[in-house]
Amino acid sequence: MSEGTLYDKVWDRHAVTRLPTGQDQLFVGLHLIHEVTSPQAFGMLRERDLEVAYPDLTHATVDHIVPTSSKDRPYRDDAAEEMMAELEENVRESGIEFSHPETGEQGIVHVIGPEQGLTQPGTTIVCGDSHTSTHGAFGALAFGIGTSQIRDVLATGTVAMEKQQVRKIEVTGDLGDGVEAKDVILEIIRRLGTEGGVGYVYEYAGEAIENMDMEGRMSICNMSIEGGARAGYVNPDETTYAWLEGREEVPEDGAFEERKAYWESIRSDPDAEYDDVVTIDGGALEPVVTWGTTPGQGVGVTEPIPEPEALPAEKVDTARRAQEHMRVEPGDTMEGYEVDVAFLGSCTNARLPDLRRAARIVKGREVDPDVRAMVVPGSQQVKAAAEAEGLDEIFTEAGFDWRGAGCSMCLGMNEDQLEGDEACASSSNRNFVGRQGSKDGRTVLMNPRMVAAAAINGEVTDVRKIKEVALNE
Amino acid sequence: MSDELEIPTVESVTGSGVAIRGNDIDTDQIIPARFMKVVTFDGLGEFAFFDQRFDDADNQKDHPLNEPAHQDASVMVVNANFGCGSSREHAPQALMRWGIDAFIGESFAEIFAGNCLALGMPTLEADAETVTAIQEWVEVNPDGDLEIDVAAETVTYGDTTVEVSVDDAQRKALLEGVWDTTALMKANAETVRETAEALPYVENGKRV
Ligand code: SF4
Repeated sequence: MSEGTLYDKVWDRHAVTRLPTGQDQLFVGLHLIHEVTSPQAFGMLRERDLEVAYPDLTHATVDHIVPTSSKDRPYRDDAAEEMMAELEENVRESGIEFSHPETGEQGIVHVIGPEQGLTQPGTTIVCGDSHTSTHGAFGALAFGIGTSQIRDVLATGTVAMEKQQVRKIEVTGDLGDGVEAKDVILEIIRRLGTEGGVGYVYEYAGEAIENMDMEGRMSICNMSIEGGARAGYVNPDETTYAWLEGREEVPEDGAFEERKAYWESIRSDPDAEYDDVVTIDGGALEPVVTWGTTPGQGVGVTEPIPEPEALPAEKVDTARRAQEHMRVEPGDTMEGYEVDVAFLGSCTNARLPDLRRAARIVKGREVDPDVRAMVVPGSQQVKAAAEAEGLDEIFTEAGFDWRGAGCSMCLGMNEDQLEGDEACASSSNRNFVGRQGSKDGRTVLMNPRMVAAAAINGEVTDVRKIKEVALNE
Repeated sequence: MSDELEIPTVESVTGSGVAIRGNDIDTDQIIPARFMKVVTFDGLGEFAFFDQRFDDADNQKDHPLNEPAHQDASVMVVNANFGCGSSREHAPQALMRWGIDAFIGESFAEIFAGNCLALGMPTLEADAETVTAIQEWVEVNPDGDLEIDVAAETVTYGDTTVEVSVDDAQRKALLEGVWDTTALMKANAETVRETAEALPYVENGKRV
C-alpha cells in the first residue's frame, strides 16, 4: 500500500471512521451538483424527510442540458426546462449556492469549480459526474459518485469509499511544438489502456507536468477516468498557488499564507511509497488523435493506424468494429481524415488558454466551407474573458459559431448534436459510438489546436505544419 | 428531521416471481438511456424493459412484465451476467419501482449488484439448473409464492427448497441492516462534525 503520498495524507485527514461494511466514511469538503444526477438524490432525501447536512459546502451549476444558443426561458426542450426548474427549486429549498446563468458564473461544473476558487489543494471534492477527477489538478482528492452516494453526501456530508492504490505517472522531458497536455493523457491512456487505472488513483508528476500551466494539468486529470482511474492528481506547487491567489473563494493575505502552509504539507513526501510507477518520455510525443471508438484507441498523427490483429487478443474485436465504424484502414495515418464538424469545447479543453492557442491557428484563416465549426467556452467567465481579448472575433471571422457555455456537443444532451454519420474533430474526452448525439456519428479526439487546424483544412491536420499567428494580447 | 433513521434488516423476501430469461441482459435494455432525462426515479417503473415490452407504435409486445398474471411479482428470476453495461442506478431503480424486491439469478454484474444492495434488494445466485427450474415453476405458477431466506441462503417454492448463495458482505449488510449507507453514516454525525472542524478549511460547517 502507498505511504506518504498526497492521496494518503488527504484521505487520512478526511476519514471519519471505518464502517461495518469495511469501507471508510470520508468527509466531503466540496460537493458539486448539476441538473442531471442530483434531482433523484434530492427526491430520495424528501422521501426520507432528510435535509442537506452541509449546504454551505455544496455548490450547484447547470451544464449538461443548457442550450448554448440562447439562455431565454423557458427552454425550448421541455425536459431541459423541467430539469432546470427542479434544480432551481432544490437549491432554493436547501440554501445551496447556484452559479445560475443569470449570475454570469455558470459553466461546466469542472470549469467553474477551479475558476471560482472552490477547488483547493488538500480538500475532498465529489460530484455526480465521472470527470470530477479534473479537480485533482490542484492537489485535491476528487472523484465522481453515483446517485445513492449523492444522497449520502447531501444527507451526511460524507461518502463511503474503499481506499485505492496509487500509481505515479512520471512524464519526463519537454513537450515538443504542437504537443499539449491532451496529447500526454491520450498517450497515457493508449499505453495503459482504458481499464489500466481500475483500482488506482493516478499521481501525475515529472518535469513535463511541473512545467505545465493549471489548465493543462486539468486536461490531464480530467481524462484520468478514461484511463479507468476514478481520480488523478498533481501535487500543488507555486503554479497552483499563483493561479489560486485572488480568486473569489480563496482566503486572502495572511490567511492565504497560512493556508499555503497546509497545502505544502499535503504534498507527497520525497520518499513516498507508490504501488506502481510508470515513466513516459514527454519529449518523444507528437500530437495524438484517436482512430477508434474508445479514448484508448489513439495514435500519433503521423503514425500508422494499427492492424487489429497486432493488438492484444482481447482488443482485436473492438478494434475491428471501431475501424469499421470510423471507416479507417490499418496502415493509413489519421492525417487527411475528412471531418464535417469541428467542436472546440468540453471540460477537457474549453478554458481560456485552450481558446487562445486555437485562435493562433485560426486567425486570418477561414473554416473549410464543408465544415460546421463551433466554439463552446467552458463557462460564462471564460467566454467573457475571451471576448475581452477579441478571441470571439477571430473565431467568428474565420467562420466558427461562437456559442454560450455548457457541455454541448460533448454529449449531445442539448440541441448541439452530430447528424447522421458526420465526422467530428473534437477537443472533448469521449469518442464512444453515439456519444455526440448520433449513433452513426464519428468522433476524433485531439488537442484544441488540432481541432482548429482540422476546421480550417476540413481534415485531420498535423498542426505542426501550420504557422501560428501572434495574437495582439 | 429524523436523525434516528432505522435501517430495516432484510432477512427474507416473500412473493410471486417473474422469469426474465437470457444471459447478458444489460442496463440499456433494463432502462433505455432516453428515459434518463428525468428529475426523479419515481416514474421509472413503467419504462422498465420498455423496448422489449413495446413496439415503435407503443403496442404491447410479448413480455413477462406485460402479462396480467405477473403484475404483482416481487422476485425476478434471471440468468447469467444480469445488469451488465453502464453504472446507471436507474436500472435497479426502475425494477424496484415496477415492484421487484429481490433477484435470483445465475450471476449479476458487480455494479448492478452493488446498486441493488444500496436499495436493500438481495441478488441471490444459484447454478443454471436450479435457476431454470425456478423459472419454469414461476411460469406455471404465476401466483405461487417464492420464499427467500437470506440467512439460511435458501429459496422455497411449492414443496421444494433449494440452496442459493449470497455474497458474505451482502448477507451481512442485509441481515444486520447496514446496507443503507445514508442511515449508517448519519448515525456518526458528531464524529463527522469533529473531523470537519479539524480541517483548516472548514469552520462551523462553512468554507473559510
Ligand atoms: S463537458 Fe462533457 S465530459 Fe465534461 S461534464 Fe460536460 S458532458 Fe461531462
